[in-house]
Amino acid sequence: MLKVSIYRYNPETDDKPRMQDFDFDTQGKDLMVLDVLEQLKAEDTTITYRRSCREGVCGSDGLNMNGKNGLACITPLSETVKGNKLVIRPLPGLPVVRDLVVDMSMFYAQYEKVQPYLQNNTPAPAIERLQSPEDRAKLDGLYECILCACCSTSCPSFWWNPDRFIGPAGLLQSYRFLADSRDTATDERLAKLDDPFSVFRCHGIQNCVNVCPKGLNPTKAIGHIRNMLLSRAT
Amino acid sequence: MVTAVTSFGRSGLSDWLVQRVSGVILLAYFIFIACNVINGVDYVSWKALYAQTWVKVFSLMAILSLAAHAWIGMWAVFTDYLTERLMGSTGNFLRVTLQLLVLVTIFIYVVWGVQILWGY
Ligand code: SF4
Ligand code: SF4
Ligand code: FES
Repeated sequence: MLKVSIYRYNPETDDKPRMQDFDFDTQGKDLMVLDVLEQLKAEDTTITYRRSCREGVCGSDGLNMNGKNGLACITPLSETVKGNKLVIRPLPGLPVVRDLVVDMSMFYAQYEKVQPYLQNNTPAPAIERLQSPEDRAKLDGLYECILCACCSTSCPSFWWNPDRFIGPAGLLQSYRFLADSRDTATDERLAKLDDPFSVFRCHGIQNCVNVCPKGLNPTKAIGHIRNMLLSRAT
Repeated sequence: MVTAVTSFGRSGLSDWLVQRVSGVILLAYFIFIACNVINGVDYVSWKALYAQTWVKVFSLMAILSLAAHAWIGMWAVFTDYLTERLMGSTGNFLRVTLQLLVLVTIFIYVVWGVQILWGY
């Protein structure tokens, strides 16, 4: 029997969060953590969490499993369970709405700050803005982000300053547009990042790289932004 | 753009650069001191070492680096843990008070350092 411990909190009825323990029979199968949650929810329908695609595409089931952030739907028990125990908590650092559901407003506010859309004020060509294969290749490792927030909520700098530090997810997207050959707002974008918080609160701890379920590297992107700021200013 | 008036250089990039450069200067200075100490020092050789102008200048550089490094470092620590978001207005009061304390301390050490270097 697998010991599963789930963080429970309903602000309407509980004064404080508690952990609820379950004995779970995996029947010898290497299930995904989401499968475990689904089966437990079938018994106790009050367990609340987000999920949608159940295949690592939508980014809605970012959770903290045995201390590490990840997507429940693509995290097999064999990868996360230690000593027959599975502790499931909401993503750290964000306010809990209920059980495993967190309020992502601060995360999205930071994402919004980096203006995550292409800006180009030159006249639009008849068909499309072309890009060389080399320029297109610069977006690899950036555009794949699914905004699951696993990275930003594992970043101590984001825990302390979620209102001022853009965080790894936002900065990865920031660089995605800074690196895009079709975007002409590079200078304006960089000008908004040159304060002691937005980018420079990153201390290179690399928790973000460690947890990204898509294998992306926000720290590297942050380094690129820093270099762009440096060459712009010197 | 987040504004921050109590940071060392007001700009994240300049703070970052100063932090790196001052770190390198401090490292060089400590290696320099360590080399001298390892070879054995007495009063006469130590005084002769610091009688040289370049050693004084190098030392002053290290002191100023330490001052900047400490300012930037402590500011980052205070703005992480002592904030309005975490503690309400107490956070602001504590942070500004401690920052002032750090600044005054740094200032005293710099003046004192200059006095030691050129006063004897
Ligand atoms: S960078 Fe990775 S961990 Fe961060 S939000 Fe994007 S996909 Fe999720
Ligand atoms: S490398 Fe930077 S962004 Fe990533 S977890 Fe560390 S401080 Fe946060
Ligand atoms: S349910 Fe969509 S990523 Fe897990």
